[in-house]
Amino acid sequence: MKTTQILIAGFGGQGVLFAGKFLAYKGLVQEKQVSWLPSYGPEMRGGTANCSVIISDTPVGSPIITDPDILVAMNLPSLQKFVDAVVPGGKIIIDSTLIDVKVDRTDVEVFYVPATQMARDAGFATLANMILAGKVLKETDGVAWDGNKETLEAFIPAKKANLIDVNCKALQLGYDH
Amino acid sequence: MAQRVLMKGNEAIAEAAIRAGCRHYFGYPITPQTEIAAYMAKKMPKIGGVFLQAESEIASINMVYGAAATGCRVMTSSSSPGISLKSEGLSYIAGSDVPALVVNVQRGGPGLGGIQPSQSDYFQATKGGGHGDYRMIVLAPASVQEMASLTIKGFNLADKYSMTSMILADGTIGQMMEPISFEDAEIEVYEKPWALTGTEGKRKHNIVNSLYLQPDALEKKNFERFERYKIVEENEPLWEEYMMEDAEICVVAFGIASRVAKNAIVAARAEGIKVGLIRPITLWPFPAKPLAAAADKVKAFISVELSMGQMIEDVKLATSCRKPVTLCNRVGGMIPSPDQVLESIRKAQKGE
Repeated sequence: MKTTQILIAGFGGQGVLFAGKFLAYKGLVQEKQVSWLPSYGPEMRGGTANCSVIISDTPVGSPIITDPDILVAMNLPSLQKFVDAVVPGGKIIIDSTLIDVKVDRTDVEVFYVPATQMARDAGFATLANMILAGKVLKETDGVAWDGNKETLEAFIPAKKANLIDVNCKALQLGYDH
Repeated sequence: MAQRVLMKGNEAIAEAAIRAGCRHYFGYPITPQTEIAAYMAKKMPKIGGVFLQAESEIASINMVYGAAATGCRVMTSSSSPGISLKSEGLSYIAGSDVPALVVNVQRGGPGLGGIQPSQSDYFQATKGGGHGDYRMIVLAPASVQEMASLTIKGFNLADKYSMTSMILADGTIGQMMEPISFEDAEIEVYEKPWALTGTEGKRKHNIVNSLYLQPDALEKKNFERFERYKIVEENEPLWEEYMMEDAEICVVAFGIASRVAKNAIVAARAEGIKVGLIRPITLWPFPAKPLAAAADKVKAFISVELSMGQMIEDVKLATSCRKPVTLCNRVGGMIPSPDQVLESIRKAQKGE
């Protein structure tokens, strides 16, 4: 019986909600219980946006995450806001292109992934979110890696199906980092 | 089983309404329920239905009143300040005994308040809001699946009793996505001999109206209406009991608060505290019977609410104040943490 609480936070426009939706769909496709909760308040308009994804073997109670197992931080304000909330033994995945500070907590595992730079170098500058999602899949045993293409097909509309391959590539980059 | 998809709570309401046969939606945008209107705007024109964004909330509820008078399934949706504007129309609809579905995805108040989740429209929904003696059936979903199932149920109950059903949700349940599967909607069909469908010269014309200037006639209408409400109170209360079998403490919570409470109950059980939950699913009719029964065996109740303490009054009434009832709450768009609820449970256990 396992429950994984993932909090993804960054600026509006970085694909925070989309990355969360992808992870939630991963759980759904794998017959898990899931919830996805976006921040929809004033912080969306120009500040930090975040989204809470819970993937569980048992029914999800509160969809609100107060102590994430995994924090994905895509900008400095988000890291500062949530770094202390991560459970001891939890994991923090940082876009180190945009965040040039180190985490000084010693009771969590920290991964520095220059996702924004990697995305630019690979020719899909807007997919840093999916590189980080790939890293989440690598670092969690709450959801399996297999079946990313099928998962994306489950919720990307047909007219955007041409973007599925490039999303898979981004996930792979993150997974291999 | 039908295929599971991920859907926002607001979208689930809209899709369920369409499946329940609703082809008339009148609304006015407001956060955090806008996805309902957006979904309707996209879907209704494709299925021969009506989506109409009115010039105001007041206009939209009166359009609902008009459409309801013809006997069709009709709905509107809004959030707290918008529901206040609609309250006059809700009273007229009640006074005319026509069925309608109204959704309130609550946000913090009073006034314009904020846009974050709240449950502080409990009084407004269950005790009136509009003027006059009237009731609405108030359904409180706690999951995206229930956003759909209670919408369908709401339409059925509205038609069955010729009154308004309100879905009383909150910003969290409206905005969150969860897996949902749409089974075939069970649409109950009720005769509506009062409906304004055109006489075709074959019958006496019907009148839908809430004006009765003769006091004895108005009193009679009120008495008749409350006979009907009595049947609703007898037959329609819905609730969920969670870990109540051996409970010594009973948490009472609905909607998003009940989900936070469940986390806290699991944590309290791990500490050896015997605690359970009664979750009202209908807020009116309030599930008084299971609470009265619980009062025989538990030593305390805790009402967990996103308000300054509104449902707690109904908990005290239902239990005749036989056991202490404490309040665990956050307001203004804040949500109690499981730890806060856990602390309330510990205190109740110690008799504090």
